[in-house]
Amino acid sequence: MSSKHKFLQIEGLARRFPDAMGGEELVVFDGVDFAVDKGEFVCLIGHSGCGKSTILNIIAGLDSASEGYVFVGGREVTGPGLERGVIFQNHSLLPWKSALENVQFSVRARWPNWSRRQVREHAEKFVGMVGLSDAKHRKPSQLSGGMRQRVGIARAFAIEPKLLLMDEPFGALDALTRATIQDELIAICRATKQTVFMITHDVDEAVYLADRVLLMSNGPHARIAEAVEVPLERPRVRAEMLDDPRYHRTRSHLLQFLIDSHGGDAHAPQLKAAPTPMTAPEPASADGASFSVMTKEARR
Amino acid sequence: MRLPRKLHAPLLSVAILAIVSAVWEGATQTSRDDGVRSEYEMLVAGADETARLPRPSEIAALGLEMLSDPVYDRGPNDKGIGLQLVYSLGRVGLGYIVAVLVAVPIGFLIGMSPLMLSAFNPFIQVLKPISPLAWMPLALFVIKDSVWSSVFVIFICSVWPILINTAFGVSSVRKDFINVSRTLELSRLRTALFVILPAAAPTILTGMRISIGIAWLVIVAAEMLVGGTGVGYFVWNEWNNLDLASVVVSILMIGVVGMGLDFLLAQAQRAVAFEDA
Repeated sequence: MSSKHKFLQIEGLARRFPDAMGGEELVVFDGVDFAVDKGEFVCLIGHSGCGKSTILNIIAGLDSASEGYVFVGGREVTGPGLERGVIFQNHSLLPWKSALENVQFSVRARWPNWSRRQVREHAEKFVGMVGLSDAKHRKPSQLSGGMRQRVGIARAFAIEPKLLLMDEPFGALDALTRATIQDELIAICRATKQTVFMITHDVDEAVYLADRVLLMSNGPHARIAEAVEVPLERPRVRAEMLDDPRYHRTRSHLLQFLIDSHGGDAHAPQLKAAPTPMTAPEPASADGASFSVMTKEARR
Repeated sequence: MRLPRKLHAPLLSVAILAIVSAVWEGATQTSRDDGVRSEYEMLVAGADETARLPRPSEIAALGLEMLSDPVYDRGPNDKGIGLQLVYSLGRVGLGYIVAVLVAVPIGFLIGMSPLMLSAFNPFIQVLKPISPLAWMPLALFVIKDSVWSSVFVIFICSVWPILINTAFGVSSVRKDFINVSRTLELSRLRTALFVILPAAAPTILTGMRISIGIAWLVIVAAEMLVGGTGVGYFVWNEWNNLDLASVVVSILMIGVVGMGLDFLLAQAQRAVAFEDA
Protein backbone atom coordinates (compact mmCIF):
# COMPACT_ATOMS: atom_id res chain seq x y z
CA MET A 1 0.00 0.00 0.00
CA SER A 2 1.05 3.58 -0.51
CA SER A 3 3.18 5.38 2.02
CA LYS A 4 0.46 7.90 2.84
CA HIS A 5 -1.16 5.15 4.89
CA LYS A 6 -0.73 5.32 8.62
CA PHE A 7 -0.45 2.11 10.58
CA LEU A 8 -4.18 1.98 11.27
CA GLN A 9 -6.21 3.79 8.66
CA ILE A 10 -10.00 4.11 8.76
CA GLU A 11 -11.63 5.52 5.64
CA GLY A 12 -15.25 6.54 5.20
CA LEU A 13 -16.53 3.96 7.63
CA ALA A 14 -20.33 3.75 7.96
CA ARG A 15 -22.76 1.41 9.63
CA ARG A 16 -26.43 1.32 8.77
CA PHE A 17 -29.26 -0.85 9.96
CA PRO A 18 -32.26 -1.37 7.71
CA ASP A 19 -35.49 -0.40 9.41
CA ALA A 20 -37.51 -3.47 10.34
CA MET A 21 -40.77 -1.81 9.26
CA GLY A 22 -39.33 -1.02 5.83
CA GLY A 23 -38.96 2.66 6.64
CA GLU A 24 -35.84 4.77 6.58
CA GLU A 25 -32.68 2.94 7.54
CA LEU A 26 -30.89 3.85 10.72
CA VAL A 27 -27.45 5.33 10.15
CA VAL A 28 -25.49 4.79 13.36
CA PHE A 29 -22.37 6.49 12.05
CA ASP A 30 -21.03 7.46 8.67
CA GLY A 31 -18.02 9.17 7.16
CA VAL A 32 -15.77 8.08 9.98
CA ASP A 33 -12.13 8.77 9.09
CA PHE A 34 -9.13 8.59 11.35
CA ALA A 35 -5.67 7.13 11.54
CA VAL A 36 -3.38 5.84 14.26
CA ASP A 37 0.41 5.88 14.02
CA LYS A 38 2.62 3.01 15.01
CA GLY A 39 3.32 3.16 18.73
CA GLU A 40 0.53 5.65 19.34
CA PHE A 41 -2.08 5.31 22.10
CA VAL A 42 -5.43 6.61 20.90
CA CYS A 43 -8.65 6.76 22.88
CA LEU A 44 -12.10 7.12 21.40
CA ILE A 45 -14.66 8.85 23.60
CA GLY A 46 -18.35 9.22 23.00
CA HIS A 47 -21.74 8.65 24.54
CA SER A 48 -23.14 5.19 24.43
CA GLY A 49 -25.13 4.38 21.34
CA CYS A 50 -22.86 6.39 19.04
CA GLY A 51 -21.38 3.16 17.72
CA LYS A 52 -17.89 3.29 19.20
CA SER A 53 -17.94 -0.41 20.13
CA THR A 54 -19.09 -1.20 16.61
CA ILE A 55 -16.09 0.69 15.22
CA LEU A 56 -13.77 -1.32 17.44
CA ASN A 57 -15.45 -4.58 16.42
CA ILE A 58 -15.08 -3.66 12.75
CA ILE A 59 -11.37 -3.00 13.27
CA ALA A 60 -11.14 -6.33 15.11
CA GLY A 61 -12.86 -8.00 12.17
CA LEU A 62 -15.71 -9.30 14.33
CA ASP A 63 -18.25 -7.01 12.69
CA SER A 64 -18.45 -5.61 9.20
CA ALA A 65 -19.03 -2.08 7.99
CA SER A 66 -21.80 -1.04 5.64
CA GLU A 67 -19.34 1.22 3.88
CA GLY A 68 -15.70 2.20 4.10
CA TYR A 69 -12.39 0.49 4.73
CA VAL A 70 -10.07 -0.43 7.56
CA PHE A 71 -6.36 -0.88 6.86
CA VAL A 72 -3.91 -2.28 9.39
CA GLY A 73 -0.28 -2.09 8.36
CA GLY A 74 -1.39 -1.32 4.80
CA ARG A 75 -3.63 -4.38 4.52
CA GLU A 76 -7.36 -4.23 4.39
CA VAL A 77 -9.15 -5.89 7.29
CA THR A 78 -11.60 -8.52 6.10
CA GLY A 79 -11.92 -10.64 9.22
CA PRO A 80 -10.45 -11.28 12.65
CA GLY A 81 -6.72 -11.80 12.83
CA LEU A 82 -3.95 -12.65 15.26
CA GLU A 83 -2.06 -9.43 14.48
CA ARG A 84 -4.87 -7.58 16.28
CA GLY A 85 -5.27 -8.38 19.97
CA VAL A 86 -8.59 -7.61 21.61
CA ILE A 87 -9.28 -6.95 25.28
CA PHE A 88 -12.98 -7.30 25.75
CA GLN A 89 -15.20 -5.25 28.01
CA ASN A 90 -16.14 -8.21 30.21
CA HIS A 91 -12.74 -9.99 30.16
CA SER A 92 -14.19 -12.99 28.24
CA LEU A 93 -11.88 -15.51 29.86
CA LEU A 94 -12.79 -19.13 29.28
CA PRO A 95 -14.18 -20.05 32.72
CA TRP A 96 -13.14 -23.72 32.61
CA LYS A 97 -9.49 -22.81 32.13
CA SER A 98 -7.14 -21.41 34.74
CA ALA A 99 -5.53 -17.99 34.28
CA LEU A 100 -2.38 -19.55 32.86
CA GLU A 101 -4.31 -21.95 30.62
CA ASN A 102 -6.29 -19.05 29.20
CA VAL A 103 -3.07 -17.32 28.20
CA GLN A 104 -1.56 -20.58 26.92
CA PHE A 105 -4.63 -21.15 24.76
CA SER A 106 -3.96 -17.91 22.89
CA VAL A 107 -0.21 -18.51 22.69
CA ARG A 108 -0.80 -21.94 21.17
CA ALA A 109 -3.15 -20.44 18.59
CA ARG A 110 -0.55 -17.80 17.70
CA TRP A 111 2.41 -20.17 17.43
CA PRO A 112 0.98 -23.64 16.70
CA ASN A 113 4.42 -25.14 16.12
CA TRP A 114 5.82 -24.25 19.51
CA SER A 115 6.56 -26.99 21.99
CA ARG A 116 4.51 -27.38 25.12
CA ARG A 117 7.36 -25.95 27.14
CA GLN A 118 7.83 -22.92 24.92
CA VAL A 119 4.12 -22.15 25.12
CA ARG A 120 4.14 -22.48 28.88
CA GLU A 121 7.23 -20.34 29.42
CA HIS A 122 5.93 -17.63 27.13
CA ALA A 123 2.52 -17.59 28.83
CA GLU A 124 4.10 -17.56 32.29
CA LYS A 125 6.20 -14.55 31.34
CA PHE A 126 3.09 -12.53 30.50
CA VAL A 127 1.12 -13.75 33.51
CA GLY A 128 4.08 -12.61 35.60
CA MET A 129 4.09 -9.26 33.83
CA VAL A 130 0.61 -8.48 35.17
CA GLY A 131 1.63 -9.70 38.63
CA LEU A 132 -0.44 -12.87 38.74
CA SER A 133 2.27 -15.52 39.02
CA ASP A 134 0.92 -16.59 42.40
CA ALA A 135 -2.64 -16.88 41.14
CA LYS A 136 -1.93 -18.44 37.75
CA HIS A 137 -3.61 -21.76 38.55
CA ARG A 138 -6.84 -20.17 39.70
CA LYS A 139 -9.97 -20.28 37.60
CA PRO A 140 -11.54 -16.95 36.57
CA SER A 141 -14.33 -17.46 39.11
CA GLN A 142 -11.69 -17.53 41.84
CA LEU A 143 -10.15 -14.23 40.73
CA SER A 144 -11.28 -10.71 41.54
CA GLY A 145 -12.60 -8.45 38.78
CA GLY A 146 -9.29 -6.64 38.55
CA MET A 147 -7.31 -9.88 38.36
CA ARG A 148 -9.56 -11.20 35.59
CA GLN A 149 -9.00 -8.08 33.55
CA ARG A 150 -5.25 -8.46 34.17
CA VAL A 151 -5.42 -11.97 32.75
CA GLY A 152 -7.26 -10.47 29.77
CA ILE A 153 -4.40 -8.00 29.34
CA ALA A 154 -1.79 -10.76 29.65
CA ARG A 155 -3.67 -12.85 27.11
CA ALA A 156 -3.84 -10.00 24.61
CA PHE A 157 -0.16 -9.01 25.02
CA ALA A 158 1.04 -12.62 24.94
CA ILE A 159 0.20 -13.01 21.26
CA GLU A 160 2.32 -9.90 20.62
CA PRO A 161 -0.23 -8.16 18.43
CA LYS A 162 0.73 -5.30 16.15
CA LEU A 163 -2.41 -3.48 17.24
CA LEU A 164 -4.12 -3.75 20.60
CA LEU A 165 -7.84 -3.02 20.70
CA MET A 166 -9.57 -2.36 24.02
CA ASP A 167 -13.28 -1.88 24.53
CA GLU A 168 -13.86 -0.11 27.85
CA PRO A 169 -11.61 -2.61 29.55
CA PHE A 170 -11.81 -1.06 33.01
CA GLY A 171 -15.47 -0.09 33.02
CA ALA A 172 -16.45 -2.68 35.60
CA LEU A 173 -13.60 -2.00 38.01
CA ASP A 174 -13.52 0.21 41.08
CA ALA A 175 -11.49 3.43 40.92
CA LEU A 176 -8.48 2.16 42.88
CA THR A 177 -8.10 -1.07 40.94
CA ARG A 178 -8.65 0.83 37.74
CA ALA A 179 -5.83 3.27 38.54
CA THR A 180 -3.43 0.44 39.36
CA ILE A 181 -4.18 -1.48 36.19
CA GLN A 182 -3.96 1.69 34.11
CA ASP A 183 -0.44 2.20 35.44
CA GLU A 184 0.48 -1.40 34.66
CA LEU A 185 -0.95 -1.04 31.18
CA ILE A 186 1.09 2.09 30.53
CA ALA A 187 4.25 0.38 31.72
CA ILE A 188 3.69 -2.63 29.46
CA CYS A 189 2.80 -0.44 26.49
CA ARG A 190 5.97 1.59 26.95
CA ALA A 191 8.09 -1.51 27.21
CA THR A 192 6.59 -3.10 24.09
CA LYS A 193 5.98 0.13 22.09
CA GLN A 194 2.46 -1.13 21.64
CA THR A 195 0.03 0.59 19.30
CA VAL A 196 -3.29 0.87 21.13
CA PHE A 197 -6.79 1.84 20.14
CA MET A 198 -9.05 2.06 23.15
CA ILE A 199 -12.66 2.94 23.77
CA THR A 200 -13.69 4.56 27.01
CA HIS A 201 -16.30 6.77 28.63
CA ASP A 202 -13.91 7.97 31.24
CA VAL A 203 -12.41 11.36 30.47
CA ASP A 204 -9.69 11.05 33.11
CA GLU A 205 -8.70 7.66 31.81
CA ALA A 206 -8.45 9.02 28.27
CA VAL A 207 -6.32 12.00 29.29
CA TYR A 208 -4.05 9.88 31.47
CA LEU A 209 -3.48 7.09 28.97
CA ALA A 210 -3.76 8.53 25.49
CA ASP A 211 -1.48 10.47 23.17
CA ARG A 212 -4.55 11.55 21.28
CA VAL A 213 -8.26 11.47 22.10
CA LEU A 214 -10.89 11.16 19.38
CA LEU A 215 -14.26 12.63 20.23
CA MET A 216 -17.28 11.06 18.65
CA SER A 217 -20.51 12.96 18.22
CA ASN A 218 -23.85 11.41 19.08
CA GLY A 219 -25.73 9.22 16.65
CA PRO A 220 -27.53 8.85 14.41
CA HIS A 221 -24.99 9.95 11.82
CA ALA A 222 -22.27 10.00 14.45
CA ARG A 223 -18.85 11.19 13.32
CA ILE A 224 -15.42 11.83 14.69
CA ALA A 225 -16.01 15.42 15.68
CA GLU A 226 -12.56 16.29 16.91
CA ALA A 227 -9.15 14.86 17.63
CA VAL A 228 -7.49 16.26 20.75
CA GLU A 229 -3.75 15.88 21.33
CA VAL A 230 -2.92 15.34 24.98
CA PRO A 231 -0.06 17.77 25.63
CA LEU A 232 1.48 15.85 28.52
CA GLU A 233 4.92 14.28 28.26
CA ARG A 234 5.56 10.70 29.28
CA PRO A 235 6.12 9.15 31.68
CA ARG A 236 3.12 10.75 33.28
CA VAL A 237 2.86 10.79 37.03
CA ARG A 238 -0.68 10.83 38.22
CA ALA A 239 -0.16 13.01 41.28
CA GLU A 240 1.91 15.61 39.41
CA MET A 241 -0.47 15.59 36.51
CA LEU A 242 -3.30 16.75 38.71
CA ASP A 243 -1.46 20.01 39.35
CA ASP A 244 -0.74 20.56 35.67
CA PRO A 245 -2.94 23.25 34.05
CA ARG A 246 -2.56 21.53 30.67
CA TYR A 247 -4.16 18.42 32.14
CA HIS A 248 -7.11 20.44 33.37
CA ARG A 249 -7.48 22.33 30.11
CA THR A 250 -7.60 19.10 28.14
CA ARG A 251 -9.93 17.45 30.61
CA SER A 252 -12.31 20.43 30.60
CA HIS A 253 -12.28 20.49 26.85
CA LEU A 254 -13.27 16.84 26.61
CA LEU A 255 -15.93 17.17 29.29
CA GLN A 256 -17.36 20.25 27.64
CA PHE A 257 -17.66 18.31 24.41
CA LEU A 258 -19.50 15.48 26.10
CA ILE A 259 -21.86 17.83 27.92
CA ASP A 260 -22.56 19.84 24.78
CA SER A 261 -23.14 16.79 22.66
CA HIS A 262 -25.50 15.53 25.32
CA GLY A 263 -27.40 18.82 24.96
CA GLY A 264 -31.06 18.21 24.27
CA ASP A 265 -31.09 14.96 26.22
CA ALA A 266 -33.12 15.33 29.40
CA HIS A 267 -31.91 11.95 30.67
CA ALA A 268 -28.40 13.06 31.45
CA PRO A 269 -28.39 14.13 35.08
CA GLN A 270 -25.10 12.36 35.81
CA LEU A 271 -23.07 15.05 34.14
CA LYS A 272 -24.18 17.88 36.39
CA ALA A 273 -21.32 17.33 38.81
CA ALA A 274 -18.72 17.63 36.10
CA PRO A 275 -17.91 21.35 35.87
CA THR A 276 -16.57 21.77 39.40
CA PRO A 277 -13.00 20.58 38.91
CA MET A 278 -12.55 22.75 35.83
CA THR A 279 -12.45 26.07 37.63
CA ALA A 280 -10.07 25.25 40.42
CA PRO A 281 -7.78 22.24 40.43
CA GLU A 282 -8.81 19.95 43.24
CA PRO A 283 -6.11 18.67 45.54
CA ALA A 284 -5.00 15.23 44.52
CA SER A 285 -7.05 12.67 46.32
CA ALA A 286 -5.23 10.42 48.73
CA ASP A 287 -5.12 7.42 46.43
CA GLY A 288 -4.19 9.46 43.39
CA ALA A 289 -6.96 7.73 41.53
CA SER A 290 -8.98 9.39 38.86
CA PHE A 291 -12.06 11.27 39.94
CA SER A 292 -13.85 10.14 36.91
CA VAL A 293 -17.06 11.60 35.67
CA MET A 294 -19.17 8.68 34.88
CA THR A 295 -22.04 8.83 32.54
CA LYS A 296 -24.95 6.56 33.23
CA GLU A 297 -23.66 3.80 31.00
CA ALA A 298 -20.22 3.75 32.56
CA ARG A 299 -21.67 1.94 35.53
CA ARG A 300 -22.87 -1.02 33.56
CA MET B 1 -23.11 -37.23 74.87
CA ARG B 2 -24.07 -35.56 71.64
CA LEU B 3 -23.78 -37.26 68.29
CA PRO B 4 -21.71 -35.60 65.58
CA ARG B 5 -24.00 -33.61 63.32
CA LYS B 6 -23.13 -35.50 60.18
CA LEU B 7 -24.36 -38.76 61.70
CA HIS B 8 -27.86 -37.40 62.30
CA ALA B 9 -29.24 -38.02 58.81
CA PRO B 10 -27.85 -41.57 58.37
CA LEU B 11 -29.12 -42.59 61.80
CA LEU B 12 -32.53 -41.18 61.01
CA SER B 13 -32.54 -43.13 57.72
CA VAL B 14 -31.77 -46.35 59.58
CA ALA B 15 -34.53 -45.56 62.07
CA ILE B 16 -37.06 -44.98 59.27
CA LEU B 17 -36.06 -48.30 57.66
CA ALA B 18 -36.40 -50.09 61.00
CA ILE B 19 -39.83 -48.61 61.74
CA VAL B 20 -41.23 -49.33 58.26
CA SER B 21 -39.86 -52.89 58.38
CA ALA B 22 -41.28 -53.47 61.85
CA VAL B 23 -44.76 -52.23 60.90
CA TRP B 24 -44.63 -54.30 57.72
CA GLU B 25 -43.41 -57.36 59.60
CA GLY B 26 -46.19 -56.98 62.17
CA ALA B 27 -48.93 -56.42 59.61
CA THR B 28 -48.02 -59.52 57.60
CA GLN B 29 -47.63 -61.88 60.55
CA THR B 30 -49.66 -65.05 59.99
CA SER B 31 -51.91 -65.86 62.90
CA ARG B 32 -51.85 -69.65 62.76
CA ASP B 33 -49.09 -72.08 62.12
CA ASP B 34 -49.32 -75.04 64.51
CA GLY B 35 -47.54 -77.46 62.22
CA VAL B 36 -50.71 -79.52 61.79
CA ARG B 37 -51.62 -79.83 58.10
CA SER B 38 -54.98 -80.64 56.69
CA GLU B 39 -55.15 -83.07 53.84
CA TYR B 40 -55.58 -80.22 51.37
CA GLU B 41 -52.58 -78.46 52.80
CA MET B 42 -50.56 -81.64 52.42
CA LEU B 43 -51.63 -81.76 48.79
CA VAL B 44 -50.43 -78.23 48.05
CA ALA B 45 -47.18 -78.91 49.88
CA GLY B 46 -47.84 -76.61 52.79
CA ALA B 47 -48.42 -73.47 50.77
CA ASP B 48 -50.64 -70.79 52.28
CA GLU B 49 -54.23 -70.83 51.20
CA THR B 50 -54.24 -67.11 50.63
CA ALA B 51 -51.27 -65.41 49.06
CA ARG B 52 -49.82 -62.68 51.23
CA LEU B 53 -47.13 -60.08 50.98
CA PRO B 54 -43.73 -61.41 51.96
CA ARG B 55 -42.36 -60.25 55.28
CA PRO B 56 -39.24 -58.06 55.39
CA SER B 57 -37.39 -60.87 57.16
CA GLU B 58 -38.22 -63.26 54.32
CA ILE B 59 -37.22 -60.66 51.75
CA ALA B 60 -33.92 -60.04 53.51
CA ALA B 61 -33.18 -63.76 53.74
CA LEU B 62 -34.03 -64.32 50.09
CA GLY B 63 -32.08 -61.23 49.08
CA LEU B 64 -28.96 -62.54 50.82
CA GLU B 65 -29.46 -65.92 49.17
CA MET B 66 -29.93 -64.41 45.72
CA LEU B 67 -26.95 -62.11 46.10
CA SER B 68 -24.71 -64.88 47.41
CA ASP B 69 -24.93 -66.59 44.02
CA PRO B 70 -25.98 -63.88 41.57
CA VAL B 71 -24.65 -65.16 38.25
CA TYR B 72 -25.70 -68.80 37.94
CA ASP B 73 -27.46 -69.94 34.79
CA ARG B 74 -29.67 -73.03 34.92
CA GLY B 75 -31.66 -72.61 31.77
CA PRO B 76 -34.05 -69.94 30.54
CA ASN B 77 -36.29 -70.01 33.59
CA ASP B 78 -33.62 -69.98 36.28
CA LYS B 79 -30.88 -67.40 36.10
CA GLY B 80 -29.24 -65.42 38.88
CA ILE B 81 -30.38 -61.84 39.54
CA GLY B 82 -26.88 -60.56 38.79
CA LEU B 83 -26.92 -62.19 35.38
CA GLN B 84 -30.33 -60.68 34.61
CA LEU B 85 -29.07 -57.25 35.64
CA VAL B 86 -26.04 -57.69 33.38
CA TYR B 87 -28.35 -58.46 30.43
CA SER B 88 -30.39 -55.33 31.16
CA LEU B 89 -27.32 -53.16 31.69
CA GLY B 90 -25.89 -54.43 28.40
CA ARG B 91 -29.00 -53.40 26.46
CA VAL B 92 -29.19 -50.05 28.22
CA GLY B 93 -25.47 -49.44 27.68
CA LEU B 94 -25.63 -50.27 23.99
CA GLY B 95 -28.77 -48.26 23.21
CA TYR B 96 -27.53 -45.37 25.34
CA ILE B 97 -24.06 -45.17 23.81
CA VAL B 98 -25.51 -45.20 20.30
CA ALA B 99 -27.93 -42.46 21.40
CA VAL B 100 -25.01 -40.34 22.67
CA LEU B 101 -23.04 -40.91 19.46
CA VAL B 102 -26.02 -39.84 17.37
CA ALA B 103 -27.51 -37.08 19.52
CA VAL B 104 -24.37 -35.12 20.43
CA PRO B 105 -23.18 -34.47 16.82
CA ILE B 106 -26.70 -33.75 15.56
CA GLY B 107 -27.34 -31.55 18.59
CA PHE B 108 -24.13 -29.67 17.76
CA LEU B 109 -25.26 -29.16 14.19
CA ILE B 110 -28.70 -27.97 15.26
CA GLY B 111 -27.30 -25.77 17.99
CA MET B 112 -24.81 -24.03 15.71
CA SER B 113 -27.30 -23.26 12.97
CA PRO B 114 -30.62 -21.50 13.57
CA LEU B 115 -31.77 -22.82 10.19
CA MET B 116 -31.17 -26.44 11.22
CA LEU B 117 -32.84 -25.80 14.56
CA SER B 118 -35.99 -24.55 12.85
CA ALA B 119 -35.91 -27.41 10.35
CA PHE B 120 -35.46 -30.16 12.94
CA ASN B 121 -37.70 -28.66 15.58
CA PRO B 122 -41.10 -29.97 14.35
CA PHE B 123 -39.76 -33.54 14.17
CA ILE B 124 -38.26 -33.33 17.64
CA GLN B 125 -41.44 -31.87 19.09
CA VAL B 126 -43.60 -34.67 17.63
CA LEU B 127 -41.25 -37.59 18.32
CA LYS B 128 -40.17 -36.56 21.82
CA PRO B 129 -43.48 -37.14 23.67
CA ILE B 130 -44.00 -40.65 22.23
CA SER B 131 -43.77 -43.36 24.85
CA PRO B 132 -40.73 -45.41 23.85
CA LEU B 133 -42.73 -48.63 24.14
CA ALA B 134 -45.05 -47.42 21.38
CA TRP B 135 -42.10 -48.00 19.03
CA MET B 136 -41.92 -51.66 20.01
CA PRO B 137 -44.28 -53.17 17.38
CA LEU B 138 -42.58 -51.22 14.62
CA ALA B 139 -39.16 -52.16 15.95
CA LEU B 140 -40.11 -55.84 16.17
CA PHE B 141 -41.39 -55.79 12.61
CA VAL B 142 -38.42 -53.97 11.13
CA ILE B 143 -35.63 -55.49 13.23
CA LYS B 144 -37.24 -58.94 13.61
CA ASP B 145 -35.32 -59.59 16.82
CA SER B 146 -36.68 -58.97 20.30
CA VAL B 147 -33.32 -58.23 21.94
CA TRP B 148 -32.31 -55.67 19.33
CA SER B 149 -35.78 -54.19 19.46
CA SER B 150 -35.37 -53.48 23.15
CA VAL B 151 -31.97 -51.91 22.44
CA PHE B 152 -33.69 -49.73 19.85
CA VAL B 153 -36.33 -48.69 22.36
CA ILE B 154 -33.58 -47.64 24.77
CA PHE B 155 -31.92 -45.70 21.98
CA ILE B 156 -35.09 -43.87 21.03
CA CYS B 157 -35.92 -42.88 24.61
CA SER B 158 -32.35 -41.73 25.39
CA VAL B 159 -31.84 -39.70 22.27
CA TRP B 160 -34.24 -36.80 22.91
CA PRO B 161 -32.98 -35.32 26.17
CA ILE B 162 -29.37 -35.52 24.92
CA LEU B 163 -30.27 -34.02 21.55
CA ILE B 164 -32.29 -31.17 23.02
CA ASN B 165 -29.78 -30.36 25.73
CA THR B 166 -26.84 -30.45 23.32
CA ALA B 167 -28.61 -28.13 20.88
CA PHE B 168 -29.56 -25.80 23.71
CA GLY B 169 -26.11 -25.87 25.29
CA VAL B 170 -24.36 -25.20 21.99
CA SER B 171 -26.72 -22.42 20.93
CA SER B 172 -26.37 -20.62 24.24
CA VAL B 173 -22.56 -20.55 24.36
CA ARG B 174 -21.61 -16.96 25.11
CA LYS B 175 -20.87 -14.92 22.02
CA ASP B 176 -17.74 -13.60 23.76
CA PHE B 177 -16.18 -17.08 23.76
CA ILE B 178 -16.84 -17.43 20.04
CA ASN B 179 -15.34 -13.97 19.48
CA VAL B 180 -12.23 -14.95 21.45
CA SER B 181 -11.87 -17.97 19.21
CA ARG B 182 -12.41 -15.86 16.08
CA THR B 183 -9.77 -13.30 17.05
CA LEU B 184 -7.37 -16.22 17.54
CA GLU B 185 -8.18 -17.41 14.01
CA LEU B 186 -9.13 -20.87 15.24
CA SER B 187 -10.66 -23.20 12.65
CA ARG B 188 -14.32 -24.18 12.96
CA LEU B 189 -13.34 -27.65 14.14
CA ARG B 190 -10.98 -26.33 16.80
CA THR B 191 -13.59 -23.82 17.91
CA ALA B 192 -16.15 -26.61 18.22
CA LEU B 193 -13.78 -28.92 20.12
CA PHE B 194 -11.93 -26.49 22.37
CA VAL B 195 -14.40 -23.67 22.94
CA ILE B 196 -17.98 -24.76 22.28
CA LEU B 197 -17.73 -28.32 23.57
CA PRO B 198 -16.31 -27.43 27.00
CA ALA B 199 -18.69 -24.50 27.29
CA ALA B 200 -21.71 -26.67 26.49
CA ALA B 201 -20.48 -29.80 28.30
CA PRO B 202 -22.40 -29.18 31.56
CA THR B 203 -25.68 -28.83 29.66
CA ILE B 204 -24.91 -31.89 27.52
CA LEU B 205 -24.11 -33.95 30.62
CA THR B 206 -27.38 -32.86 32.22
CA GLY B 207 -29.19 -34.27 29.19
CA MET B 208 -27.17 -37.48 29.43
CA ARG B 209 -28.05 -37.83 33.09
CA ILE B 210 -31.77 -37.41 32.37
CA SER B 211 -31.46 -39.97 29.56
CA ILE B 212 -29.76 -42.68 31.60
CA GLY B 213 -32.54 -42.36 34.18
CA ILE B 214 -35.25 -42.72 31.55
CA ALA B 215 -33.42 -45.60 29.85
CA TRP B 216 -33.26 -47.54 33.12
CA LEU B 217 -36.99 -46.96 33.69
CA VAL B 218 -37.84 -48.09 30.19
CA ILE B 219 -35.69 -51.23 30.04
CA VAL B 220 -37.77 -52.94 32.76
CA ALA B 221 -40.99 -52.34 30.86
CA ALA B 222 -39.40 -53.30 27.52
CA GLU B 223 -38.09 -56.59 28.90
CA MET B 224 -41.48 -57.44 30.37
CA LEU B 225 -42.78 -57.14 26.81
CA VAL B 226 -40.05 -58.96 24.90
CA GLY B 227 -39.19 -61.54 27.57
CA GLY B 228 -36.29 -63.95 27.49
CA THR B 229 -33.69 -62.32 29.68
CA GLY B 230 -33.15 -59.19 31.73
CA VAL B 231 -34.33 -57.91 35.03
CA GLY B 232 -37.71 -56.77 33.66
CA TYR B 233 -38.42 -60.25 32.38
CA PHE B 234 -37.19 -61.65 35.68
CA VAL B 235 -39.66 -59.56 37.70
CA TRP B 236 -42.54 -60.65 35.50
CA ASN B 237 -41.45 -64.27 35.60
CA GLU B 238 -41.30 -64.27 39.39
CA TRP B 239 -44.78 -62.77 39.45
CA ASN B 240 -45.94 -65.69 37.30
CA ASN B 241 -44.21 -67.99 39.78
CA LEU B 242 -46.03 -66.11 42.54
CA ASP B 243 -42.68 -65.58 44.25
CA LEU B 244 -43.40 -62.12 45.62
CA ALA B 245 -40.32 -62.03 47.86
CA SER B 246 -38.20 -62.44 44.76
CA VAL B 247 -40.17 -59.67 43.04
CA VAL B 248 -39.45 -57.31 45.94
CA VAL B 249 -35.75 -58.19 45.94
CA SER B 250 -35.60 -57.53 42.19
CA ILE B 251 -37.38 -54.19 42.61
CA LEU B 252 -34.81 -53.14 45.21
CA MET B 253 -31.95 -54.25 42.95
CA ILE B 254 -33.40 -52.21 40.07
CA GLY B 255 -33.44 -49.20 42.38
CA VAL B 256 -29.86 -49.74 43.54
CA VAL B 257 -28.52 -50.14 40.00
CA GLY B 258 -30.47 -47.06 38.85
CA MET B 259 -28.94 -45.10 41.69
CA GLY B 260 -25.49 -46.31 40.65
CA LEU B 261 -26.01 -45.19 37.05
CA ASP B 262 -27.18 -41.78 38.21
CA PHE B 263 -24.17 -41.53 40.51
CA LEU B 264 -21.78 -42.21 37.61
CA LEU B 265 -23.36 -39.51 35.48
CA ALA B 266 -23.37 -37.09 38.40
CA GLN B 267 -19.61 -37.64 38.76
CA ALA B 268 -19.12 -36.98 35.06
CA GLN B 269 -21.24 -33.86 35.39
CA ARG B 270 -19.04 -32.61 38.19
CA ALA B 271 -15.91 -33.28 36.16
CA VAL B 272 -16.99 -30.91 33.37
CA ALA B 273 -18.70 -28.30 35.51
CA PHE B 274 -17.25 -24.81 35.77
CA GLU B 275 -18.25 -21.73 37.62
CA ASP B 276 -19.11 -18.86 35.36
CA ALA B 277 -17.13 -15.78 36.18
